[in-house]
Amino acid sequence: MSVLKYLLQKEFRQIFRDPSILRIIFVMPALQLIVIPMAADYEVKNINLSVADHDHSVYTQQMVQKIKSSGYFKLVNYSSTYQEAVTSIESDKADIVLEIPAKFEQNIVHEDQASLFIAVNAVNGMKANLGAAYLQNIIQNYNNQIRTKWVQFPPIPPQTNINISVSNWFNPMMSYKYFMVPAVLATLLTMLGTFLTALNIVREKEIGTIEQINVTPIKKYHFILGKLIPFWVLGLVVLTIGFLIMRFGYQIHPVGNMLIVYFFASLYLISILGLGLLISTYADTQQQAMLISFFLLMIFIMLGGLFTPIDSMPAWVQKLTWLNPVSYFIDVVRMVVLKGSGLSDIKNHIFVIIGFAIFLNSWAIWNYKKTS
Amino acid sequence: MKQFFAFVKKEFFHIWRDKRTLFILLGMPITQIIIFGFALTNEVKNSKMAILDFSKDASSIQLIQKISVSKYFDATSVLSSYKEVEPLFKKGKVKMILVIPQQFAIDLQHGNKAQLQLICDGSDPNVANTLSKYATAIVMDFQNALVKQQKLPYRIETDIRMLYNPELKGAYSFVPGVMALILMLTSAMMTSIAIVKEKEMGTMEIILVSPLRPFGVVIAKAVPYMLLSMVNVATILLLSVFVLDVPIRGSLILLLSEGLLFTITSLALGLLISSITNSQQVAMLISLMGLFLPTTVFSGYMFPIENMPLPLQVMSNIVPAKWFYFIVKTIMIKGLGFQYVWKETLILIGMTVVLFGLSIKNFKTRLS
Repeated sequence: MSVLKYLLQKEFRQIFRDPSILRIIFVMPALQLIVIPMAADYEVKNINLSVADHDHSVYTQQMVQKIKSSGYFKLVNYSSTYQEAVTSIESDKADIVLEIPAKFEQNIVHEDQASLFIAVNAVNGMKANLGAAYLQNIIQNYNNQIRTKWVQFPPIPPQTNINISVSNWFNPMMSYKYFMVPAVLATLLTMLGTFLTALNIVREKEIGTIEQINVTPIKKYHFILGKLIPFWVLGLVVLTIGFLIMRFGYQIHPVGNMLIVYFFASLYLISILGLGLLISTYADTQQQAMLISFFLLMIFIMLGGLFTPIDSMPAWVQKLTWLNPVSYFIDVVRMVVLKGSGLSDIKNHIFVIIGFAIFLNSWAIWNYKKTS
Repeated sequence: MKQFFAFVKKEFFHIWRDKRTLFILLGMPITQIIIFGFALTNEVKNSKMAILDFSKDASSIQLIQKISVSKYFDATSVLSSYKEVEPLFKKGKVKMILVIPQQFAIDLQHGNKAQLQLICDGSDPNVANTLSKYATAIVMDFQNALVKQQKLPYRIETDIRMLYNPELKGAYSFVPGVMALILMLTSAMMTSIAIVKEKEMGTMEIILVSPLRPFGVVIAKAVPYMLLSMVNVATILLLSVFVLDVPIRGSLILLLSEGLLFTITSLALGLLISSITNSQQVAMLISLMGLFLPTTVFSGYMFPIENMPLPLQVMSNIVPAKWFYFIVKTIMIKGLGFQYVWKETLILIGMTVVLFGLSIKNFKTRLS
C-alpha cells in the first residue's frame, strides 16, 4: 500500500508542478463551459427578410408590418425589384425573400385570390424549413384578418375544429441553456480524462522513465492505479466546478439527486480513463496518442447527441452510438439534472458503463503486460 | 534555397518514418467526413413518441395512423393511463406523447369541436418545438380532410421555393463546416507539435545553429504539413461530391486556393501556439481541446451566429473557421464567384499575416 502512496504523491506533484497543465485542467473547461452554452442556441429567430414589393399598397404595408412585429423576422431590405432581393440572399444579407406581385391588393379584393412568392436560402435546411413555416403562418393569419373584415356574417362557415394544447415538460422556459450546459460539461470532462491519461503514460514511455519504473519493485497494478487515481480525483473536482458554474452561473437547479450524477460520473471516469490507458498502450509517441484519442473522441462527441439529436441519425449510425460511452454520460446528466430521473430509470446506462469500464481496463492491462 | 529544401526533406522523412501518424492524418478526414456527413443533421425526424388514446374509436385510430406513417414520428408505445407518462419521459424513451381524450370521434362529428393534448419533453427545446409544430400540421391536415373544405373567399396563396438545397439536406451545411473544423485542427496541431517536439528533445538548439535563419527553419517545418493538408482538402472534396452528393457548383480552382489559404492560416496559428509553449502536452491540449469546441460553435454551421449575445457575435469574428465556412458555403453550395468572397478572403489573409507576425516576434524573444 505504501508503494501506491508514494506513486500517488509523485503523480500529484508532477501535475501540480506544471502551471500550464493546471491551467488547462481547470481554467480551460471552466471558460468553455461559461462561453459555449451562451453561443449554442438553435432557436430559429432573427431571420433576415428581404421584401420585393411590386404593389406598394395598403395591404402590403399591413402585411409587412405584421411580419416585422412577429419577432422572428428582421427586415433588411425593402426593394421594388426581385433582382435586388435575390442579390441580398446571394451576399448572405437575407435568408428569405418575399415577393409581392403587382396588383396584389386588387387581386384579393376582386379576384378572391392573390399569390405570393417566397424564396428561401436553404443551405441550412432546418432553418429554411422553419423560417418558411413561420412566414406562411403569419401570412395565413393576416389572410384570416382580411377575410373576417370582408365577410360580415357568418365570419367563417361553421366547420370542425380540433383544439390542440401543447405543454412542454422539464424545461418550461424552453431555454436552450438547460439542455446544453450539462452536455457541454460532460463533453469537457471526457476530453480531459482521456487526453490526460493517454498523454501522461506515453510521456513516460517517450522520455524513457517507464523503463526505470519497470525495474523497480512496483507492481503493474500499482503503476496503473497510481496513474488512474489522480486523474479520477481531478475529474471529479472538475465536475464539481462545472456543477457550481451550472448552479450559480446559469441558475440551473438540478431536479434530480446530484449523488446519482456523481455515482455515475465516477463509474464513467473509470471507463474513460481506461480508454486513455488503452490508447497509451498502443501509442509510442505523445503525438500518436493525441491523434488516436482525438480521432476517437471527436467521433464519440459528435455522435453523442451533444449538438444534433441521435434520433435523427441514420439507423446504422444509431446502432454505432450504442458503443459510444459519451452518449450514455450525456444522456444521464441531462436526465438527472433536467428531468429528475432516478436510479431505476438509468439502470441500463449504469450496467453498460460498468461493462465499458471492465472491458476497456482489462484490455488495456492485458495489452500493457504484453508490450512491456 | 538549397539549405531550405534540405530542411523540408528532413521534415518529410520525419513524417514518412512514423507510418502510424501518417495513416491517422490521412485517414482521419476520410472517416470523419463520411460519418459526420451522413450522421449530422439538425433536422428532426424519426422521433420516438407514445400515444395515450382514451377514445379508441374510428377517428382516433385514423389520426394515429396518419401520425405514425409520417417520417417525423415513430410511434413506439401505446399507454393506457396518465400515470405512465412521467416515468416514460424520465427513462428518456420518448420525445412526445399524444393524448386523445374520450369520445374524440363523437366530439368531432357532433360537437364540431374536439380536444387533443401534446406533451413534449422540453429538455431539448428545439426538438420539442419542432415536434409540436409537425404534429399540429398533421392534425390540421387530418381536420381539413374531414371538412372537405369548400373554397374560402379572399385567399392569399404562397408559393415557396427552397434555393440551393431543395431537398433540405443537412449535409449541405455540415460538409463545409466539418471541412473547416478538420483542416483547422489537424494543421494547427501538427505544426505546433513538430516544433515543440524539437524544443522538448533539445534538438531545436542544434537546428538553430545551422546556417538557415530561424524563420526559414520554421517555414521549412510548415511546408510538408501544408502539402498534407492539401491532400486532405482534395479527399474531402472528392468524398463530398461522390459519396455525400454535395455538389461543387462554383469554381474548383477558386475553392482549392481558398483551401490553401485557410491551411496556411491554420499553420500560422499552429506556429503561434508552438512559440508560446514548451511541452508537446500543452501544445496538443491547446490546439485540440482549446480549438475544438470554439471552432465548432463559432464557425456558424451548428448554431446561427446572429442568435448569440452581442459580445459573442463580436468574438466569433476572430475565429478563422467562421470566414472559411462562409467562403466554402458560397463557392461550393451557392456557386458564386470571387466577387462575393473577396472581403472574407482579405480577412483571412490579414489574420494569417498577424499570426505569422506574432509567432515570429515570440520566436525571436525565445532565442535571446
